[in-house]
Amino acid sequence: MGNVWALARREVQSYFASPVAYVVLGLFALIFGFLFYAYLEGFISRGMGQGFGGAPEIQNLNQDMLRWLLGDTAWLLLFVIPLLTMRSFAEEIRSGTIELLLTSPLTDFQIVLGKFLGALFLYVSMLALTFLHMAVLFFFGDPEWKALLTGYLGVLLFGSALISLGLVFSSLTRNQIVAAVITLGAFLFLGFFQSAENWAGAAASFITYLSATQHLEEFTKGVVDGRDVIYYLSFIGLGLFLSKQSLESLRWRG
Amino acid sequence: MIEVSGITKEFGRFTAVNGLSFSVAKGEVLGFLGPNGAGKTTTMRILTGFIPATRGTAVVAGHDILSEPLQAKRKIGYLPESPPLYPEMTVFDYLEFVSRIKDVPRERRKARITESLEKCSLTDVRDKLLGKLSRGYRQRVGLAQALVHEPEVLILDEPTAGLDPKQINETRALIRSLGGDHTVVLSTHILPEVVMTCDRVAILNKGSVVAQGTTQSLIDQFRQAEHLQVTVEGPEPEVLNPLRSQDGVMAAEPAQSLSREGNVQTYRLSVAPGEPGENVRRELAARLVRAGYGLLDLHQEGTTLEEVYLRVVSSEEPGEVP
Repeated sequence: MGNVWALARREVQSYFASPVAYVVLGLFALIFGFLFYAYLEGFISRGMGQGFGGAPEIQNLNQDMLRWLLGDTAWLLLFVIPLLTMRSFAEEIRSGTIELLLTSPLTDFQIVLGKFLGALFLYVSMLALTFLHMAVLFFFGDPEWKALLTGYLGVLLFGSALISLGLVFSSLTRNQIVAAVITLGAFLFLGFFQSAENWAGAAASFITYLSATQHLEEFTKGVVDGRDVIYYLSFIGLGLFLSKQSLESLRWRG
Repeated sequence: MIEVSGITKEFGRFTAVNGLSFSVAKGEVLGFLGPNGAGKTTTMRILTGFIPATRGTAVVAGHDILSEPLQAKRKIGYLPESPPLYPEMTVFDYLEFVSRIKDVPRERRKARITESLEKCSLTDVRDKLLGKLSRGYRQRVGLAQALVHEPEVLILDEPTAGLDPKQINETRALIRSLGGDHTVVLSTHILPEVVMTCDRVAILNKGSVVAQGTTQSLIDQFRQAEHLQVTVEGPEPEVLNPLRSQDGVMAAEPAQSLSREGNVQTYRLSVAPGEPGENVRRELAARLVRAGYGLLDLHQEGTTLEEVYLRVVSSEEPGEVP
């Protein structure tokens, strides 16, 4: 386990030693800031009777603002997370440092886990940036903290699942850009699959089930549904397993 | 310490290593010699557990690399062809990271890192970024990385590639000093390097060992006819007579003229196989002196490892060897 920790630590160090971490965190903070402003502004306008109906509406901060904000954040993450995971294996394969890892007394799974935890750390720091915005809400308003926490738990699971899948694609190529593009493509599918909820039939419900964004909805409403938790956990498990398999096949590919 | 039997590695239809077997005793330094594409790197990658062999077994420090990879890897230090460095790390941080993933116990890490830095003369650059180091330093960091967990076995893929002559000498001396405590396998295509650093040589060609043994035994084994070089002062046609008529000399040819007038001349003589070279030399010297020629030099041409190497590598299917 100490080994995994060492790998994860190195991963985080290398994120922050290159511009990647700063660019990604900065970009995320900027766009999240805009989303936050946009939803807050809408919330306030409606509350003051400047909304659609003309009359002031009674609103709930969680259900009428934060829920939508977190939902949009998920879509933002579909674009941001490929930037976090693209280099994790691809760069090691390109530069040959993978040879150091694969000839060290580490199991393939430990290597994958180290990479995963490293990316997860960066992701959590990214989410931590948004605590500042939430603090503003708590200062001026009275959001329901349990529902908000549930929403964040969902976003955390959602991001972890995406990271695990991003690792798989990063381990398939030595080119970061290729890894990022394939990852983004796969993520967009996982998002747009949600459109299938308007179709009829078994295939539609299956495709909807696969959608990663769809499983986040209950969380953003403040509800933990066991099925959603199972979906994300098995997603993460599958992602880590496939990364491990891909790493193993790297040895055979030579 | 290293026991390799019958390893074969196929990449699709291409056979990179073909039924290779060898063993290395504790404390011995074995050199792999061979042209590019002979299978040196593939063999080393199999030994270190980076890639699995298609067939055959490799046992390193008592552990099979396939069935007990972690135990074996703990005892191996490996310098790949290009040092596996993370450009954004400092030398010290990098070695600290490597010592962690190589399971060096926490309390010994600092001492181990310091020792590796000293052995590879890296103490001055310990806080520099790896990406900013010159080629020579990068290679030495690669070596330090291989040493940091005090492995019993060291596997070094072209350890002196890209170094300047002074660094090459230092690195060879370092490798030499590592033998004894460590069992070392190194690869190179520089022949003098093998002579200087290795106890034993295995010449690889097209994935097989075509010759192995100590440097001297290889030379003895592949020695064909001996050659003598004689430098004599005297008119060439006259001098050739006693040379050619000497017992045991099969042929004598003028090789090189040393003076402008042409009366100092070096001759190359082929000695018949089985004839003791020293007898021929003794008699020939006496004869030339008696005849009144000035004998300036008489020596036996050494068979060099280079000759052995070229012969062994180009003997099979000539023309296909790069």
